[in-house]
Amino acid sequence: MALDDQAKRTFKVVGTRVGRPDGIDKVTGKAAYGADITAPGMLHGRILRSPHAHARIKSIDVSEAAKLAGVKAVVTGADLAIPDDEGFADIAINCLARDKVFYDGHAVAAVAATSKSIAKQAIRLIKVDYEILPHVTDVDAAMKPDAPAVQEGRALENVPAGMSQNVTTRCAFGHGDVDAGFAKADKIIERSFKTAATHQGYIEPQACLATLGSDGRGEVWCCTQGQYMVRANCAAVLGIEESQLRVISSEIGGGFGGKTSTFIEPVALALSRKSGKPVKMVMTRDEVLRATGPTISASMDIKIGMTNDGRITAARGELRYSGGAYPNETIEMGAQAAFAAYDLEAVETVGWNVMTNRPKEIPYRAPGAPTSIYAVESVVDELCQELGLDPLDVRLLNAARKGTLSAYGPTFNEIGLVATLEAAKAHPHYTAPLGPNQGRGLSCGFWFNFGGNTCVSLNINDDGTVGVVEGNPDIGGSRASISMMAAEELGVPYEKVRTVIADTSALGFNDITDGSRVTFAVGLATIEAARAAIREMCRRAAKIWGIDEDAVLWEDGAAVPAGPNAGTHPPMTLAEIAAVAGNTGGPIAGHHEVNADGAGVSFGVHLVDTEVDPETGATKILRYTVFQDAGKAVHPDYVEGQMQGGAVQGIGWALNEEYIYGEDGRLQNAGFLDYRIPVASDLPEIETVILEIPNPGHPYGVRGVGETPIVPPLAAISNAVSRAAGVRMCELPMSPPRLLKAMTG
Amino acid sequence: MRYVKPESYEAASALLAAEDGIARILTGGTDVLVMLKAEMVEPDLMVDLKHLPGMHDIAAEDGGFRIGAAVSSAELGEHAALKAMWPGVVEGAELIGSTQVQNRATIVGNLCTASPAADSVPGLVTANAVARLHGPHGTRDVPVVEIPVSPGKTMLAKGEFITSIYLPARPVGASDAYLRFIPRTEMDIAVSSAAVSLELDAGGTITAARVAIGAVAPTVRLVADAGAAIVGTKLDDDAIAALIAATEAACSPITDKRGTIEFRTKTAGVLAKRAAHIAYSRAGGKT
Ligand SMILES: Cc1cc2nc3c(=O)[nH]c(=O)nc-3n(C[C@H](O)[C@H](O)[C@H](O)COP(=O)(O)OP(=O)(O)OC[C@H]3O[C@@H](n4cnc5c(N)ncnc54)[C@H](O)[C@@H]3O)c2cc1C
Repeated sequence: MALDDQAKRTFKVVGTRVGRPDGIDKVTGKAAYGADITAPGMLHGRILRSPHAHARIKSIDVSEAAKLAGVKAVVTGADLAIPDDEGFADIAINCLARDKVFYDGHAVAAVAATSKSIAKQAIRLIKVDYEILPHVTDVDAAMKPDAPAVQEGRALENVPAGMSQNVTTRCAFGHGDVDAGFAKADKIIERSFKTAATHQGYIEPQACLATLGSDGRGEVWCCTQGQYMVRANCAAVLGIEESQLRVISSEIGGGFGGKTSTFIEPVALALSRKSGKPVKMVMTRDEVLRATGPTISASMDIKIGMTNDGRITAARGELRYSGGAYPNETIEMGAQAAFAAYDLEAVETVGWNVMTNRPKEIPYRAPGAPTSIYAVESVVDELCQELGLDPLDVRLLNAARKGTLSAYGPTFNEIGLVATLEAAKAHPHYTAPLGPNQGRGLSCGFWFNFGGNTCVSLNINDDGTVGVVEGNPDIGGSRASISMMAAEELGVPYEKVRTVIADTSALGFNDITDGSRVTFAVGLATIEAARAAIREMCRRAAKIWGIDEDAVLWEDGAAVPAGPNAGTHPPMTLAEIAAVAGNTGGPIAGHHEVNADGAGVSFGVHLVDTEVDPETGATKILRYTVFQDAGKAVHPDYVEGQMQGGAVQGIGWALNEEYIYGEDGRLQNAGFLDYRIPVASDLPEIETVILEIPNPGHPYGVRGVGETPIVPPLAAISNAVSRAAGVRMCELPMSPPRLLKAMTG
Repeated sequence: MRYVKPESYEAASALLAAEDGIARILTGGTDVLVMLKAEMVEPDLMVDLKHLPGMHDIAAEDGGFRIGAAVSSAELGEHAALKAMWPGVVEGAELIGSTQVQNRATIVGNLCTASPAADSVPGLVTANAVARLHGPHGTRDVPVVEIPVSPGKTMLAKGEFITSIYLPARPVGASDAYLRFIPRTEMDIAVSSAAVSLELDAGGTITAARVAIGAVAPTVRLVADAGAAIVGTKLDDDAIAALIAATEAACSPITDKRGTIEFRTKTAGVLAKRAAHIAYSRAGGKT
């Protein structure tokens, strides 16, 4: 569906800052999150986890645990199905290990008991006989041919023979003659980078309440980014049909991509099936950090050649990502995104995924892109420094634009990078003076965005209000945006529309809330559903007026006769049509089902000033401005929130957040004391500048905005710190000990 | 777990002395409840002392102050006279956690958790603070510096607990300061820390100085050499260099997820220097 011809359409609701529909419930504590539900006779589930990074499970003896009074069920990997599909099979063995544990925190067994304290005692009574195996947690070490094999036989055919068994994927993208390009360069810089795995850091831990009866029917209430995904995973892992399982998504206390998989729901269902009772499970923070999915960890080499006047002649990147103990495809996105901001004659990116004894990677906003773009944007910045060039001018000179053959294959349509760079250049931040030990950095960021499978139902209520039913958990304010688009299209006030999120039995399939897709794709389906309802309302008015259907138009929330030939009937409002719907053919609703295309890529530019303490290596973020193309900002507050949130998460990632593994392969910092996300006092006000370069693929021009903002901070901050400290930093996080060491040698 | 609110000091020490299992005392609860929740400890007995007489008082005594064991960090921060006399002690207490945590946390709990990184302890040590202990055999006074013996362990005997902390009087021209290094700006644990307390003569020359460092050894350490390095000076460059050298020499930290040996040692010296400058200017010295 293309951008409406009415490019200059003046919006009435879209673009305003209406009140959020979930606000009062959330501030009064009424909103029901994953752990807020109970059921009669409910049991408490608890998981026993591996203390070892890598071990063979020789035996599991649950007999003592099962005998403890109050214990109603004990399950192990043997209680789950082994799906044929490799992806589902990996989820199954990640929910409960089979013959090996792959990482510290890997689930081994679970109990359901009448109280939390009995469940706690019970898991201590489970005896697991482990044969400890050598482990590897570093991506470079895991790639060595003699590294311990995390899993065997998982490599795809495109991986050359003779490599470590841990290497599962090779991918390559690019075009042009790279060697010839480097020959034309006046200056070439090649650097190696490392980045630590980080966690999404959502405040609400995973939680669920599950029942699965002897009739084979089940229900799951859980905190997730996708109820249909939970249904599919649970059905596969338990060996039941999807129709037998109803999954209801709770309010969600943050996801950021981290709630796009399942860890506890299949286990709770298995315990319920065994005990015949509802089972509630709530993860602790320690479990969340050890056993849900952080990002990839990475090691990267980037080489870029530039002429003295700033034109990039060639670029090459080799990226090694570890997605934890399983095959993983995030490397493909990282490799595709690396050079996306540039219009290049010659570019080559090669990517590898390598298994390590770490938890299974789960997406975190723009998975794969922040790290590869960090490495690329660091080298571009260093070239600018070495050649004495303005870093914004160099990016403008080389910027991808409409018609650019992108580094990953497609040719770009309308994109907003140049406008975003120009906005940054014109902003007072860019020329504000800096003091001693201060530095300014910037970076471009890019994300593909996604559309995907979407169903929406839109009901015209008999009192003239409107109900929208959609199937994507609201993690960033989508209920407001969806209601706004429905109100806009129908011509009714925002307050007349209420959007609710359906459970899996109430609406057709929807892809998960990911890929920054919801405001784009669900919005698009909502607009189409509204148009279907409008067509029906026009039909009803035609019937009442006794004129032809095509002789009725929809204007400002009412049916009107189309011109004098249609007669002189006064407009009939939505409410008037709805009130008599029973007499004109029954209830009125519109619906739309689509696999949405044309999501429209998104670019952003971040500008940051930092001050470095030369005696302690502490970095202070002094000023931060985010520039981003939103296509059309439906609800600007939410768009700004996404931009600010990405910057804040990026600040954490750049400065302090990291998964720290000990020699023993155990995670050293499974808590928010030592896994350091930023606190409020670490942050300046994050300024935002929204640009609107309409996306031709959406009727209102909307682009997803949720992921691009986490892409630029890593390089923007590293560039600012490197300039402030007078030393080029090539590893994240730039924690004070690391930075002080780099500064003092 | 049994939770008990004894009626008197005597009853409290009798309870604690009689317990065969694990006993914990509850004042602010900001350490003990976190440990319970994290399943790091499962006490058999929890003795709540907050309601006992004197526990919430800050009383003037011999020109100094006696602080009850249940006085919160926030209450210390609101006591103008105490803050004027011992600003470094109070700023240590006011660095603990956040506003919410400070509304509960006490300096006695901070001391008895016996963490080498405890924020209020270096200031208490440089202040020559003395803890009053009550036990089955009566009352005794013990300098704060002697209370922690190793991470998580104090010298308190079975049945003993702290009822108050005494901060002595000090002359005019004296002040103190405390600084810590944390990777964030709050809600964090010190990677290294330093407190400096000093007295000046009318001309601004330091006549007495005490320096203590935290998070760089198994317990908070009083560094006599570092104090001596600045006595008789006005914090000129040589004095500062000697202060840093003595501070670094007293460090014996570990390398862990929070920092390396080199980082902890180097920043302890930097913090001692900065704290000395702050204390000096608070005491009226001009550089
Ligand atoms: C979010 C958060 C942030 C924190 N930040 C910091 C920080 O920045 N710096 C820092 O140093 N600490 C920090 N802490 C730790 C804690 O708040 C402090 O150590 C605090 O001072 C403890 O005091 P309390 O009164 O709460 O102790 P409690 O938890 O009540 O007790 C602590 C220990 O002392 C013992 N105890 C208590 N009272 C007595 C007594 N009268 N006699 C003998 N033993 C006693 C208890 O048995 C227990 O072992 C933080 C804690 C939290 C939860």
